[in-house]
Amino acid sequence: MVRGETMSKLTIPQEEIMSSGHLGCQGCGATIAMRYMLKVFGRKTMLTFPACCWSVIDGPWPYSAVSVPLFHTAFETAAIAASGIRSGLDALGKKDINVIAWAGDGGTFDIGIQAISGAAERNDNILYIVYDNEAYMNTGIQRSSATPWGAWTTTTPVNNPKSRPKKDFVEIIAAHRVPYTATASIAYPEDFIKKLEKAKNTEGFKLIHVFAPCPTGWKMPPDLTVKIARLAVQTRIFPVYEVENGVSYKLNFNPKKFVPVDEYLKLQGRFRHLKEKDYRFIQENVEYEWKFLNRKVETFK
Amino acid sequence: MEKVVLGNHAVSYGVLVSRVQTISAYPITPQTLIVERLSEMVADGELDAIFTKVESEHSALASAIGSSSVGARAFTATSSQGLALMHEMIHWASGARLPIVLANVNRAMAPGWNIWTDQNDSLSCRDTGWMQIYCQNNQEVLDSIIMGYKVSEQVLLPTMVCLDAFVLSHTAENVDIPEVKLVDKYLPPYKLEIKMDIDDPHSFGALSSPENYMEFRYKMQEAMDKAEDIIIKEGKEFEKIFGRKYGMVEEYRTEGAEIILVATATIASTAKASIDSLRAKGINIGLLRLRVFRPFPVKDVVRVLLNKKKAIVIDRNISYGKSGIFFDEIKGAFYNIEGDKPKIFGYIAGLGGRDVTPEAISDMVDDAMRKDKPEKDIIWSGVKL
Amino acid sequence: MKHDKKKVEIKGASDMPDMPASLGSMASNKTASWRNLRPEIDESKCIKCFICWKFCPDAAIAFIDENTPPKINYDYCKGCGICAAECPKKCIEMVEE
Repeated sequence: MVRGETMSKLTIPQEEIMSSGHLGCQGCGATIAMRYMLKVFGRKTMLTFPACCWSVIDGPWPYSAVSVPLFHTAFETAAIAASGIRSGLDALGKKDINVIAWAGDGGTFDIGIQAISGAAERNDNILYIVYDNEAYMNTGIQRSSATPWGAWTTTTPVNNPKSRPKKDFVEIIAAHRVPYTATASIAYPEDFIKKLEKAKNTEGFKLIHVFAPCPTGWKMPPDLTVKIARLAVQTRIFPVYEVENGVSYKLNFNPKKFVPVDEYLKLQGRFRHLKEKDYRFIQENVEYEWKFLNRKVETFK
Repeated sequence: MEKVVLGNHAVSYGVLVSRVQTISAYPITPQTLIVERLSEMVADGELDAIFTKVESEHSALASAIGSSSVGARAFTATSSQGLALMHEMIHWASGARLPIVLANVNRAMAPGWNIWTDQNDSLSCRDTGWMQIYCQNNQEVLDSIIMGYKVSEQVLLPTMVCLDAFVLSHTAENVDIPEVKLVDKYLPPYKLEIKMDIDDPHSFGALSSPENYMEFRYKMQEAMDKAEDIIIKEGKEFEKIFGRKYGMVEEYRTEGAEIILVATATIASTAKASIDSLRAKGINIGLLRLRVFRPFPVKDVVRVLLNKKKAIVIDRNISYGKSGIFFDEIKGAFYNIEGDKPKIFGYIAGLGGRDVTPEAISDMVDDAMRKDKPEKDIIWSGVKL
Repeated sequence: MKHDKKKVEIKGASDMPDMPASLGSMASNKTASWRNLRPEIDESKCIKCFICWKFCPDAAIAFIDENTPPKINYDYCKGCGICAAECPKKCIEMVEE
């Protein structure tokens, strides 16, 4: 079996580069995302991890689970450490190695945004992947700017849940007019993999925002990870779409009938305190954002 | 090639002849001329390097760390607030054992805003595992960049080359810029044994438990111990090729001296003139210039100062609540030493770029000569009360 | 370092690299003890769609060939149950350990 080759019944590449035995929690969405990413990028790849779940999942010294060179770096530096690796490799004439920054939502939406903006503005030839589990899970479920409105975290207790919407990160990156940015979901591996392949074949700065549920932090059974990720797309809470050159939008999932948001919210303990009116508020917001996104899609059709 | 260059440009030329492969920097006064000149060198094809114009000093060093980890020779330059912002990555570079060279233009810390020289910026990096060199002239600045890479790449610890703001950074001096081919004889290409390599994949910097973290730190100290010998060895090697001599310290007219003035950086070059005039007056005084601060030259300090009557340490820095930082280190070096120890006087002078003139230095010497022993750990020079 | 199951023996500083560079694979870390529930595939009902293989967060389901039902690696399976939840034929049962 050649690497990257897809068997007829397999809709994703067969080779496993991520090893079993990692320290991801039961049903961890972030490890599913890593598994897919490595399947696409293969062994000619170098990674940077800032502080995030994966800095633990990969295992303590002297072990690693990713089987490719990996540089652990400070919380706010995933993008620039990757850029530094890129320029080092370019200076050494090793231009055919993929360099990927792999970070959580806190290291991306919050503390890492400055260095990401720098790398995006310079159009550094790296891929940045944010696996989004909507809070600081590694430190014990504290809210980040990726935490959605109404969610419980250990710093947004049920009597004072998050009062602001999730930051629209892909929009911020698109505003840099980078060649490629997209959202993806672990529930749609074929779509995610297509995007990874596109990023692999695109020169310049790329960012993929992949939705990766966290059973531990979202207070849900671990077998629901994929289902919840799918519902996030079906409810349009997390639309999957691509933006080329910062202006050309394309929706990758546009069904005729949408699933109401409460089907998604009711399965997760972090939303248990929400009332009927809160569901309505979230549903209204989803409709509004969906309309806004569709307008962008229409603009450059 | 002899050329009249500013201290900052001496850094740029040092980078050029060291065949640096990646540069990442963010502008800060008074460092800017270093990176402006480097960006011209890269743009003109004079220097075959990749220059990343980053959005902060924190990223400047993080980028250098990334480049160095794959085996590219990396450089960055900063000053004061910029170095403070880098501090997290300062630890990262040394902990990851990457031989990066950083030029720091010594500038006072705000507030109030001050762009002039003192050493509190780089001395706040004392305990980070970086080697530190304090230069007294532009030639030494250039030479220390080259030697910095030579030593760093052997011991796998980064080097900070420090030059005084304006007094060196913006002052033109005659500098011999060696031919790249001559530098090649001294400085071989950078080869890292374990690095980010797709043919031999490792993770770097994973969670290190209490079971093994301490051993990694033990190894850093081992490298620092080794660094002293290598700095001395490489200084001699440098002299053979380039004809200029550098060690851990520099002695000036210490023969037969009873009093030793201890200074660093450009205060030391000013002090040489003071020594000459004091010697002319019949005072048996000499100068010990500390060139390398980390690793600390304990052996040289003790060798030069033991059996002297007095040591007068001038610090252009302060550790609030304690004393001048070099003063404190020198005092500490003597504690477990047997023999006739000098009385050590500590003067704080020239903070925030105030001139330390030959007269001010003579006043410090007069003051120390009048007293049997220092009454306190800090004697302020020229502070207006 | 290709999913080597060997544990790395470290006595002290002399066996260690200068920086924390990994020397082995997490494949040496068997995670079976994390499991409370054990997935069991009813091979007679399995349609060999490999959806369970696709979604396993622990890469603990082996693909053998397209005519053979996938095989769960109980050395690593943490028992999350995603395979059972996603199986379109509901032929994976989670049983108590």
